[in-house]
Amino acid sequence: MTVPLPVFVAIPLVMAFFLPLCGDRFKRLATFLANVAVLILLVLAITTIGKSCSYKVGRWPIPLGINMVLDGLSCLLLLTISVVSTAAMLFSTRYMEQYTAKSKYLSLFMLMLAGMNGVVLSGDIFNVFVFLEIASIASYALVGFGCEHEQLEASFKYAVLGSVASSLILFAIGLVYGNTGTLNMAYISQAIETRGLNHGLTFALAMFITGFGLKAALVPFHAWLPDAHPAAPAPISAMLSGVLIKALGVYVLVRLLFNVFGISETISWVLIVLGVLSMVVGVFLAVGQWDFKRLLAYHSISQMGYVVLGIGLGAMILVRKGDITWAALAILGGLFHLVNHAVFKSLLFLTSGSIEMATGTRQLKQLGGLSTVMPLTRANCAIASAAIAGVPPFNGFWSKLILVIAAVGSGFYTLAAVTVIVSLVTLISFLKVHRYIFLGELPDNLRQCRENKGTMFVAMALLAVLCLTMGALVLVPSLKAGILDPAVAVLIDRFEYSAKLLAGSK
Amino acid sequence: MPYALCFLLFIIGLLCAVVKKNMVKIIIGLAIMEYAVNLFLIMLGYRAGGTAPIISPTDINPEGALVPEFTLSSVDPLPQALVLTSIVIGLGTLALMVSICIRTYEKYGTFDITQIRRLQG
Amino acid sequence: MKGMTVIVKTVSSWTKVLIFLFGIYIVLFGHLTPGGGFAGGVILACSYVLLLLAYGREFAEKNLSLGTASKLDCAGSLLFAAIALTGFLYGSASFFYNFIQQEYLAGHNTAFKLVSAGIIPLANIAIGLKVGASLFMIVILLSAFRPEMSGREKE
Repeated sequence: MTVPLPVFVAIPLVMAFFLPLCGDRFKRLATFLANVAVLILLVLAITTIGKSCSYKVGRWPIPLGINMVLDGLSCLLLLTISVVSTAAMLFSTRYMEQYTAKSKYLSLFMLMLAGMNGVVLSGDIFNVFVFLEIASIASYALVGFGCEHEQLEASFKYAVLGSVASSLILFAIGLVYGNTGTLNMAYISQAIETRGLNHGLTFALAMFITGFGLKAALVPFHAWLPDAHPAAPAPISAMLSGVLIKALGVYVLVRLLFNVFGISETISWVLIVLGVLSMVVGVFLAVGQWDFKRLLAYHSISQMGYVVLGIGLGAMILVRKGDITWAALAILGGLFHLVNHAVFKSLLFLTSGSIEMATGTRQLKQLGGLSTVMPLTRANCAIASAAIAGVPPFNGFWSKLILVIAAVGSGFYTLAAVTVIVSLVTLISFLKVHRYIFLGELPDNLRQCRENKGTMFVAMALLAVLCLTMGALVLVPSLKAGILDPAVAVLIDRFEYSAKLLAGSK
Repeated sequence: MPYALCFLLFIIGLLCAVVKKNMVKIIIGLAIMEYAVNLFLIMLGYRAGGTAPIISPTDINPEGALVPEFTLSSVDPLPQALVLTSIVIGLGTLALMVSICIRTYEKYGTFDITQIRRLQG
Repeated sequence: MKGMTVIVKTVSSWTKVLIFLFGIYIVLFGHLTPGGGFAGGVILACSYVLLLLAYGREFAEKNLSLGTASKLDCAGSLLFAAIALTGFLYGSASFFYNFIQQEYLAGHNTAFKLVSAGIIPLANIAIGLKVGASLFMIVILLSAFRPEMSGREKE
């Protein structure tokens, strides 16, 4: 008996409008209820592993009504969103005591979570847009939550660029409706498969890539990310960098390009070029940063380049009718790196929040020698840095290895070389972070800092344990077949998505 | 042809949001962009000489089904539902951006974005 | 925010009631004529905004305080969620299912009457309540902007 899909959206929405009623007098009750709600969502997401179904909202049949679809790719992203949001919510029980209006923070967090779950589960393209907007508007408000100078400036910049992206996406949705006459993704893909792309649909495709590239912070469109992610409170940075740019940007782009529009050689080249540019530009701009969270934000851009490169590589191999195992391996590398990056990047942002709460600063030059006073945070940060740099046996190593093997096996030797070089530069920049924050002399003004224990440590430890053990997802065959292979199969089979959906509804 | 004019309005809004230096004018540029997209969506459903898609008792024949002249002469109601949703979303975004603008004015004392530049690098 | 002259205050105290009634009409007849929840909610909020403009901010806040508006807002959304989730009582695959129309009124021909179309009027009422309260809160909070506060934090 599968769980009905709308509960993934209904539970956060009901919580979001119930928590402000608790107000400031019942703050502890509100926080407790929020944590319970996020844990329930995690349990429900785990029960959806291996199932795929379609849910007709209101019992309206598909071309008339909206449906919610669960398949392998949606399940993978649901799990990622649930895990990261559980950790972020646990962390924010103590971290957000520094701010006033905690019940409004919890309500906005729940709205963002509802929006992301809705984007991942929706089967209708305009419904995707509505949930995308819910999540985006909640995140604009959360970035500027502290109302300090930099936070307001960053929030305004993010809001303007995000609105431009949303308008482009809506324009493209209008073009798609005008050319195909339906809004359901399965029906659109069927129409495109039979009739092919005309000028309007190609223009819509270009606008989709621009709009979703802006949301996912790929390189020509990355200008908002280095300002928005450092300015947000630490658990929100973890959510933004860990899941928002993936669920709103990469997931919808991949779903549209593979299952709805169909890939071609030009699109594969565009993906590969965007991926390589993001990787290289992100990492070289990150090495020179002296603000810890800004450095992490630039690394987010670089790691998203890995994901897009992996998927573009798989698309290119499929289009050229090469060996399907290499294409499956490339896409597997890209999707696994997406999940890994969610885990280790959010752990890094949570450790930066812990450091900031204890010492009051994020500038690398003012920190130093914290390994004596904050050993637990140092351990967590070391685990996450090793994971992002690709040190075995942490999870980052496995996904980068799979990407390099796929690139070499299908003949793209320059791409493999670029991947390895970017990994080395990532390692260099994290060695710099460690040397400046944890090793060296402890400055006098930081001698009174104490370690952050309690729920903050539990949240960070949860993610650290996942970093250590997630290599098992590719090494243990049953886990791989259960969780990762269905996601890859959805993308490789391309138009099978619409065929299965339409056959199941008759 | 009307679609090209819609796109021109979109480009004007985008230009205004990118070029202007006053925060309030940037917000107005974004609003123009959103309304251009709404206009484009409405025009998609248009049918020359069509009627409003509201069913009245004369449009139903005795079995309860819809009379064919109605579907042949009414405009498409689906884009109208899309635009209603889009207007509400635009309202929410606009309210949020205006409140950010007000708070920024309280902190910095100016609406000029060239002077609100604490974030570098 | 100060109020306006006596003429404006007197006339607006008559018209605000008519505007409120018009807003209720648009919300209730949303399934028969154009309008519905959102448009009706905006008109409901407009009647309170008229009160704000004519009488000043303190009087408007005494009439409908911000705390009450916030609670009405949440209540509207929770009512909408309750209507949608009640569909689950009628079997699977029925989130937001129009249970009143399909289960109870299926045989009757109730087209074009006020009491018809199942849960749609109830959803309209919930949305109208929420939108009215939210827009009133937005206008009151944004009208608290005072230009003389700008010189506080110049660097």
